[in-house]
Amino acid sequence: MNRQMRETTVGRQIQLPLSKALEISLKSIRMRFWRSMITAAGIFLGIAFLVSVLTASLIEQHLPGTVDPAAAAAAKNRQLWLVIMSLIVCTVGITNSMLMSVTERFKEIGTMKCLGALDIFVVELFLLESGILGVLASLAGWVVGFGAIALLALIGKHGAAVASMQFVQILHTLGIAMSVGVLLTVIATIPPAIRAAKMPPAMALRTEI
Amino acid sequence: MAANEYVVRTKDVCKEFIMGDTVLRALDGVHLDVFRGEYISIMGPSGSGKSTLFNMIGGLDKPTGGSVFINDVDMAQLDAHELAYLRCRTIGYIFQTFNLIPVMTALENVTLPMVFAGTPTDDCVEKGMKLLGLVGLGDRLHHKPSELSGGQQQRVAIARALANDPAIILADEPTGNLDLKTGKEIILLLKRLNEEQGVTVISATHDLKMIDVSDRVVWIRDGRIERIEERAEIELKVGEMEGVE
Repeated sequence: MNRQMRETTVGRQIQLPLSKALEISLKSIRMRFWRSMITAAGIFLGIAFLVSVLTASLIEQHLPGTVDPAAAAAAKNRQLWLVIMSLIVCTVGITNSMLMSVTERFKEIGTMKCLGALDIFVVELFLLESGILGVLASLAGWVVGFGAIALLALIGKHGAAVASMQFVQILHTLGIAMSVGVLLTVIATIPPAIRAAKMPPAMALRTEI
Repeated sequence: MAANEYVVRTKDVCKEFIMGDTVLRALDGVHLDVFRGEYISIMGPSGSGKSTLFNMIGGLDKPTGGSVFINDVDMAQLDAHELAYLRCRTIGYIFQTFNLIPVMTALENVTLPMVFAGTPTDDCVEKGMKLLGLVGLGDRLHHKPSELSGGQQQRVAIARALANDPAIILADEPTGNLDLKTGKEIILLLKRLNEEQGVTVISATHDLKMIDVSDRVVWIRDGRIERIEERAEIELKVGEMEGVE
């Protein structure tokens, strides 16, 4: 009986081309500019801090003079602690921002599902949006974090140390900045996006914001 | 073929909401058969269950008991893909609050369901323009919802509902946020589409202006259907109530 009924067709083909998803995500970022900037600022600040710590330790390696190993180890631990704390704060900030962003758009999500969007489309759209912000903010964070410490070193007359940083090492800090930034953003976005996507449309549309 | 006579059938549909300690029975065994191509209005006071019934028929929520059949397919048997397909191609939705996507223009809003359906871009745009022309907004293709009046937004929503030539249009209080004159225009537009395109219109409303264009009116109260009337039976009463405009 069931199979017979299913043969009176319901198709399955629903799609969201990547180009269209990108288009929608970019539009959302532009239209909600200040909300996007706040999310990006969270990532930017955390990454800038991370990069400045990494750059500082890189420059220190090239400074003349002997270093007391115990003091150096203690300093390194302090730095590690600072970096971890800043990344935690960063992630919490981004999660909060994304949670707000998703909640504001429950109605929009419900509407899209009425038009035939699959749950995964909703998650995809939010991931694209936050991914784009993550990449841009991480890049900006790297530039400011690296630039600020290098500048301070130059002002403090440690030009030689700055110049002796290898290109590979600098690239390494960029790689860390980008991967950490994007990873944290994605991790922060997934839970709220999935929760929003799984809501029955009736509940999503009932939301009053 | 007898099987295709009904586009929507509900059998003993129940819906319960748990509000803290109490259980609210929003729908209590609703039997409704909707003929293909008819214009049917579900009417009742606030809290009668008409919006809940709307959600059941439209697959926006799952009933606690009973079944809903669209084109003889049991909605409960559908998986996520099939349900999305149904919402995309078979049903068009119209809401009281229009629910247009704010970051998109009118044309983009109308073409979005077509994107989900896999229609090529050029065809999307051509059809979108045609639909917006059909509802009288041919000159507002690139306006965003914030740049449109309530009536215009609802017209865009109607055009969007028609994007994939659905069998059914479901309207939840389509005139709720509109003034008297605009509301009438929207009702007449829906009736015209019902007659010209042959699409079944099911509207949940408490706007009495809807009675005149409906083939049948379903009166619902406290989650149960009180009675179902043909338009002809109601004509006289409407004449008395409307009075002078």
